[in-house]
Amino acid sequence: MKKLIRYLKPYTLFAILAPLFMLIEVICDLYQPTLLAHIVDNGILKNNFQLILHTGLIMLAVAFIGVIGGVGCTVFSSLASQYFGRDLRNELFKKVQQFSFSNIDKFHTSSLITRLTNDVNQLQTLVMMSLRIMVRAPLLFVGGIIMAISLNKNLSIIFLFSIPILASIFLFIMKKSFHLFSEVQKRIDYVNNVVRENLVGIRVVRAFRREDYEKERFKYANTMLMNAVIKAIMLMIIAMPLFMLVMNLSILVVLWFGGLLVNQGNMKVGEVMAYINYMGQIMFSLMMIGNILMFVSRASVSAERVLEVLEEKIDIQNKENADKTPIRGGKVKFEHVYFSYFNKEESVLKDINFEVNSGEIIGIIGTTGSGKSTLVNLIPRLYDVTSGRILIDGRDIRDIDLKILRDAISMVPQDTILFSGTIKENICWGKEDATYEEIIESAKIAQAHEFIIRLPQGYDTVIGERGVTLSGGQKQRIAIARALIKKPKILILDDATSALDFATEQKIIHGLRGIIKNCTTFIVAQRVSTMMNADKIIVLDKGKIVGFGSHAELLKNNDFYREIYKSQIDEEVMKYA
Amino acid sequence: MRREGMRPFGGPGGRIGPRFHFEKVEIKDPWGTLRKLFAYLKKFKWGFIFVFTLTFISSILGIVGPYLIGRGIDTYIIPKKFDGFLNFLLILGGVYLLSSFIGWLQGYVMLKTTQKLVFVMRRDFFNKIHSLPIKFFDLRPYGDIISRITNDIDNISMVLSNSVIQFFSSITTLIGIIIMMIRISIPMTVVSLVTIPLTIWLTNFISNRTRNYFYANQTLLGKLNGLIEEDISGIKVIKIFNREEKEIKRFENLNEELTQVGVRAQIFSGSIGPLMNLLNNLSFAIITGFGGYFAFKKFISIGDITVFINYSRQFTRPINELANQYNMIQSAIASAERIFEVLEEEEEKESTDIVEIKDIRGEVEFKNVWFSYVKGNPVIKNVSFNVKEGEVVALVGPTGAGKTTIASLVARFYDVDEGQILIDGIDIRKIRRKDLRSFLGIVLQDTLLFSTSIKENIRYGRLDATDEEVIEAAKLAHAHDFIINLPQGYDTVLSEDGGGLSQGQRQLISIARAILANPKILILDEATSNVDTMTEKYIQNAMLNLMKGRTSFVIAHRLSTVRNADMILVVYNGEIIERGTHEQLIIKKGFYYNLYMSQFAEEVEVKD
Repeated sequence: MKKLIRYLKPYTLFAILAPLFMLIEVICDLYQPTLLAHIVDNGILKNNFQLILHTGLIMLAVAFIGVIGGVGCTVFSSLASQYFGRDLRNELFKKVQQFSFSNIDKFHTSSLITRLTNDVNQLQTLVMMSLRIMVRAPLLFVGGIIMAISLNKNLSIIFLFSIPILASIFLFIMKKSFHLFSEVQKRIDYVNNVVRENLVGIRVVRAFRREDYEKERFKYANTMLMNAVIKAIMLMIIAMPLFMLVMNLSILVVLWFGGLLVNQGNMKVGEVMAYINYMGQIMFSLMMIGNILMFVSRASVSAERVLEVLEEKIDIQNKENADKTPIRGGKVKFEHVYFSYFNKEESVLKDINFEVNSGEIIGIIGTTGSGKSTLVNLIPRLYDVTSGRILIDGRDIRDIDLKILRDAISMVPQDTILFSGTIKENICWGKEDATYEEIIESAKIAQAHEFIIRLPQGYDTVIGERGVTLSGGQKQRIAIARALIKKPKILILDDATSALDFATEQKIIHGLRGIIKNCTTFIVAQRVSTMMNADKIIVLDKGKIVGFGSHAELLKNNDFYREIYKSQIDEEVMKYA
Repeated sequence: MRREGMRPFGGPGGRIGPRFHFEKVEIKDPWGTLRKLFAYLKKFKWGFIFVFTLTFISSILGIVGPYLIGRGIDTYIIPKKFDGFLNFLLILGGVYLLSSFIGWLQGYVMLKTTQKLVFVMRRDFFNKIHSLPIKFFDLRPYGDIISRITNDIDNISMVLSNSVIQFFSSITTLIGIIIMMIRISIPMTVVSLVTIPLTIWLTNFISNRTRNYFYANQTLLGKLNGLIEEDISGIKVIKIFNREEKEIKRFENLNEELTQVGVRAQIFSGSIGPLMNLLNNLSFAIITGFGGYFAFKKFISIGDITVFINYSRQFTRPINELANQYNMIQSAIASAERIFEVLEEEEEKESTDIVEIKDIRGEVEFKNVWFSYVKGNPVIKNVSFNVKEGEVVALVGPTGAGKTTIASLVARFYDVDEGQILIDGIDIRKIRRKDLRSFLGIVLQDTLLFSTSIKENIRYGRLDATDEEVIEAAKLAHAHDFIINLPQGYDTVLSEDGGGLSQGQRQLISIARAILANPKILILDEATSNVDTMTEKYIQNAMLNLMKGRTSFVIAHRLSTVRNADMILVVYNGEIIERGTHEQLIIKKGFYYNLYMSQFAEEVEVKD
């Protein structure tokens, strides 16, 4: 919690002004009864109408100042808490943007969403509540105790009993509730997760008629959440009546001993009554403090969850003094590269060694799960090698500034991800200041131009979050255009043409050659025909390179490659040919 | 009630914080929303009635305590007669104990009731998701829907559990005090109620604003949720394109908007308390003024006026509370509006003349089918074809031609605009979607797996399948080998979005899932596009077995996959331009011939 206070620092002024204004309001509030007594005692009882009017006006003036105090406190506490929340959210989002895939896997998307919204909201509310009540409650509490003690020291011994009891109830509940509330937040994550999976997978759910099954699953998540909330709040519900009981019983004791003291002539009746009044005031302030403390225990769970994200160690980041020299060539070299996900499983890539020259086209082929995608994902450092190294133009990619590295690389990933916005905006991801001509040029090479201009709004067609109204192949072509417009030094097509028909695919690959000179191109594909013209082909099997060479060479020397080729070549074609 | 219809945020920009333009959003019918919310509360009326009764009792006990203390002082301490004082204290202790107990009980019942209510609301919302047409989800950010089911429903629950008791206890107290005031002096009571219209006007004035600010706040929170969801799902692309800073900027802008709206919502709602205080003091000044005058004119005794003034002080607290709670309820209305927006979306309806079917043969016919996602832009144009029981139909054609759409129409993910789709001669709109889909096995273009174990993912195809059957299906899909090589085998829990497995492996699992479903009609939409060709070949053999006796739709770009189909439909630009068997189409030397030859021409060259 303390670590998060620094996000309040820029708003120290607001955070100080809020309680100060509250002080004004409290003072005005406290002044009013005196004025009231004055009106009653000297005005009404003495029939002094002039005094009534006069004091009444003063009361109004005081009330007006009080309003300024109250509204001022509201304004500054709102500003402080909302800006605090804003900065915290920005900071969290910035951090998440740096996350690697294993960082994200650790938290899960749905939990990250909850942490950025729900948890920050809890903290924001806590800040606001504290700033609004911070002055009032302790002031009433301390004031009440001082007044009580000054009235009668002996009676005040009761506080030596009741306050430790109250404190221990507080501590006990806060300690217990931390655990309970952290369970609540976890279950909110889970509810989020079920909903998200159902939205993303709505077609699968419908296709397999699993609506009822999913409803059951949600019911479980929902019930778990409800039970957790009930369990956590149950504790809070016991607290308040318990506080009241302790304070009320203290009043009883005061009444008893006060009665005795009056009997002995050591105390006046009025004093006993005043004493009891002060105890009521103390009780009221305690309840306010208690309320906030309850909230603190919930918010500290949120604080912990937020800090977990902020303090997460990012496993892929810039080295200190990373090399910012731009990448000029596209020479790529793998040296004894091993890779395994999460460092625990068997290596997905084993001892990968190869070297390709600038401007070459490299095909990568292999069985399902042989590590083709993994291999190309290593080049823009979406993952870091477990051992060995990758060099671009002789430089270890881990020494190159991440931004510089990724600026030089363009990639069309396997699963096409487009963002909400227009088609034009999506293509411009590759180059923000692209001219209209450039956009059209790359769309044409990606064989996307024709279908785009046939859409009612053309390049300004808005595509939904996942671009659902476009077909898989259309999305792939937009993603290719997006990658091409960047004019990269290294282009990676990770099975990016799987939803395209052969003719379109060939047109794209031919177009590529023309536009991007000196661009090293990696093409991961299932079809030999896709990469037959590649300068070099890497054949992968179970994470190892089992063949490296041109199509003709491999066909001659490599059994594995020949087998793949044969599985694809069609005897029928031979017949017709 | 809507005086401020034209200016939902009370003037341009406001003077707080930097100038900012908000998207103007406002609740159109707050009272309607409130009514709907009440309809929900009604389902739990006994809980609420019980709570209200308890609130009533505890309000009374709250008065009895201080009254008893006063009595105690009068009868025992002042006369210094302590006979029975202990008994009296015991009674007082009993009252306190009872009061605490009722306080607890009240909280307990309220907690249970609101949590149940929230549970039901969440359930209804989730169930609603599954009654909405697929179209609904095509253009909505997931994050926004998630935000509704968590943040908005949470907000409602918070307001209910905090405000409802307060609201009711304030009303009880208020009524009690008014009764006491009337008993003392009716004219004075009238005087003290003079400021009430002003109070109501001010409360209304503010809450009309806060309501829309709260609504904007929740809407923006939903948008922010959407952005976060989109950006985490798409982080790969963001990284590759170095878009982090841009996305952070986009986030910061939306976040700023949320903050500015939030500040305004908080300031307006937080100002209600102090402003009410001012009004109360005004009212108080009026009361003393008139009181003094009445006393001067001897309309009222001085003692009475003193007591009356004391009551009018007490009067203010519940009024403050009421104004405050009324305002908090606005925030619940804002959230409820977002919930009901979804709950009231039009559901997918089943036809009124449903045909009950137990089993189908699997004959599929398209009769002059037209379909468009966006009105006026048909993607399927006058498509007709007929597939006999057990036949394999291959859909080929360039991307975006409408192949996937045709498959989606068979599954009734969407309904046709014009024309008919018939299964065994029955219009599929007369078959319940669930019944229809029970005969279908679908492997979709995007492989979607759930974050459970591999075993459970395959079992999704048929929930009552035994482990043996699951493994059998995995073997047929050629997934078995790679699965058993994973450290946890079939119990490997897939990370979100199936990460960790390759795309091809995920496809194999989704094929196993469809195999397990054992359907009458099989739809394979690019089912093996990311699978290597050798594995594909193995699967194909298995598929050939599987397809026996089933009607199958196969969409593929590898023409070798489709060659053995009974009928090939060449789809181009939403129309079927050629149809026939492979041999027929080759002889025809049309579109298909060119497509086929172009794919293999180069391969043949190399081979020669």
